[in-house]
Amino acid sequence: MSAPLTYLDHAASTPMRPEAVAAMLPFLADHPGNPSGSHAAARAAKTALEAARETVAAVLGCVVDEVVFTGGGTEADNLAIKGGGRAARRVDGLDAVVTTTFEHKGVLAAAHRLEREGFRVSEAGVTVAGVIDLDDLAAHLDERVAVVSVMGVNNEVGTIQPLRAVAALVRERAPRARLHTDCVQAVPWVDVADLAADCDLIAISGHKFGGPKGMGALVVRRGVALDPEIEGGGQERGIRAGTVNVAGAVALATALRITHERRSEESARIARQRDRLRDGLLAGVPDAFVNASGADRTAGHLHIGFRGIESESLLVLLDEQGVCAAAGSSCSSGATEISHVLAAMGMTRADAGASIRLSLGYASTDADVDRALAVIPDAVARLRAPAAA
Amino acid sequence: MRVLVAMSGGVDSSVAAALLRDAGHDVTGVTMKLWGGESDSGCCSVSDVEDARRVAAQLDIPHYVFNFASEFDDQIVDPYVAAYAAGETPNPCIECNRSMKWGRLLDRARTMAFDAVATGHHARIVRAADGTAELWRGTDPAKDQAYVLAVLEQAQLAMTMLPVGEMTKADVRAHAARLGLRTATKAESMDVCFITRGGRRAFLDARVPPVAGRVLDTDGVELGTHDGVRAFTVGQRRGLAVATGERRYVVDVDAPSATVTVGRVEDLARDRVALRTVSFTGAPLAAGTEITAQVRAHGAPAAAVWRGDAVEWVTPQPRVAPGQTVALFAAGRVLGAGIAT
Repeated sequence: MSAPLTYLDHAASTPMRPEAVAAMLPFLADHPGNPSGSHAAARAAKTALEAARETVAAVLGCVVDEVVFTGGGTEADNLAIKGGGRAARRVDGLDAVVTTTFEHKGVLAAAHRLEREGFRVSEAGVTVAGVIDLDDLAAHLDERVAVVSVMGVNNEVGTIQPLRAVAALVRERAPRARLHTDCVQAVPWVDVADLAADCDLIAISGHKFGGPKGMGALVVRRGVALDPEIEGGGQERGIRAGTVNVAGAVALATALRITHERRSEESARIARQRDRLRDGLLAGVPDAFVNASGADRTAGHLHIGFRGIESESLLVLLDEQGVCAAAGSSCSSGATEISHVLAAMGMTRADAGASIRLSLGYASTDADVDRALAVIPDAVARLRAPAAA
Repeated sequence: MRVLVAMSGGVDSSVAAALLRDAGHDVTGVTMKLWGGESDSGCCSVSDVEDARRVAAQLDIPHYVFNFASEFDDQIVDPYVAAYAAGETPNPCIECNRSMKWGRLLDRARTMAFDAVATGHHARIVRAADGTAELWRGTDPAKDQAYVLAVLEQAQLAMTMLPVGEMTKADVRAHAARLGLRTATKAESMDVCFITRGGRRAFLDARVPPVAGRVLDTDGVELGTHDGVRAFTVGQRRGLAVATGERRYVVDVDAPSATVTVGRVEDLARDRVALRTVSFTGAPLAAGTEITAQVRAHGAPAAAVWRGDAVEWVTPQPRVAPGQTVALFAAGRVLGAGIAT
């Protein structure tokens, strides 16, 4: 494809911020040191790593030694849930995990792993608006619960979850539980330090906010014991062994700091772009509908359906025009999985299958919106036309 | 033409895509995710999708994955399980061709304004003088797959391209190697894609509890027992678990009474086989037409006469297991197909 891409898939991954690229390059090109060593080269790496940790701690509202760098958001979720669950069982004899029906697979798969190890695992429901059902959550909580995991922002529909209310319920009904939150989608849009202030464990992922892929972090509050998933040389307080990706940590921290500094300004601009896209599509395409429209949502997500079409076909036609969008969440084979999120919200199979996710981000431009508004209504009309044969 | 190539991740469909691209067509690759359950072989594993995607990238054509797992369950797996429970021997790969590749995928290709769907099957589409798309056997007799496509009808064939049907398998592999495609030396998948290492019996038993029953001879004398009719196919000789001193074959499977009847090879001989779900590749075949008919993927065709809803053999043939596809030919050209009752 020669034309520039119209990239409307920031919830899948964002372009790296130029400042993050610039910050990481010296640690790829110039600095050979292992941060665990003691000579000058090692000290340079260690200094950069700890400065990055301080930045992450400042933005996420935690103490420096509560930041554990990981190889991405999924690893952070796995560490929080499996590590937290196993430690809670070992130390306190707890044996239950509570999560929600619309979590990311990184959370659900980790919980199901614990289920195979003998934990009771249950999932609280969500409302049609895409927000956790607090009454249902309350019914799942008891004194045997080791880990509760509730996402900060849903990856598919972009709804922001009431984590403070969740935390209050958990403290009351499951007082010994570790409360984990997957905030992988939250960072560009909400102040995670505030949203997750009452949580014990917070997962983030660099590439969702202009940082590198394969780099994440888990906030582990002091006093919260975790059994490590990866063991070795005792790095990251023994919670996550292995030489830390210094360049990745530096880039993640840089992207996180810039995202935090520019959040209100960028969010306001992106919300205007997103609203123009939404209004243009609703006006330009008959039988279009917006999903999860009733809830508090991020500025970047637009989950929209077009009755009578199949999202997989629409995505092909959009891709042919250089418009990158998504439906459901992608599994490793690239197939569109039937969205468990939309099913959890009670959407019909037909409506879910007719819906796509357009997700804007810091790099989105007015021209992207113009292009999407020029391409999408036409593509939907082509799919709705009677087939030639 | 705007062509959608169904890429399984195997060498044949890889080369099909390459040939079409090099012939100047606007080619898009697609891999269907069909089986959502556990699998260790077959056309929908992640590694096969990766191979297809990598080949598409090497050819510089777009590639997508379509998830038809739910339809595959409804239209292929469930009927497969039900057929075995009813004592039949289904051909799920042929049904997949009919309702998935030339059903769901072809419909979607039309919706997206593709002019044709292509696959890597070893068979040929020949345009007749009147414009009819005829289906012929592939050039490589050892790899010919006309039998598994015999259920296709004119509206489907008219939108079909089978570019490797003119080639031998060795040519296909050599072409893939010349292009540096990673699938050039890949082994062929031979098994039903959703049957796992546990085998067909375990797959079926997990879905329909088997009913034990009796094994009788043709006089009604009980020779033994069995733990479920799904282990038996008409014509089968091995694994009967009855000692009779002479060579015995399954001659009948009656699911309602869970009875398996065994007999001698001559007890299998039939003059005709009645068909249901009959379809034709072109105009319907007139009763009385002399044809040949093929009853399994690599079986030899036998001379027959078409009787409207049955094939009448010129010389008696072994009974065809109910559920099996019978393909109708005029020499190398496919006329149609039906399912043995």
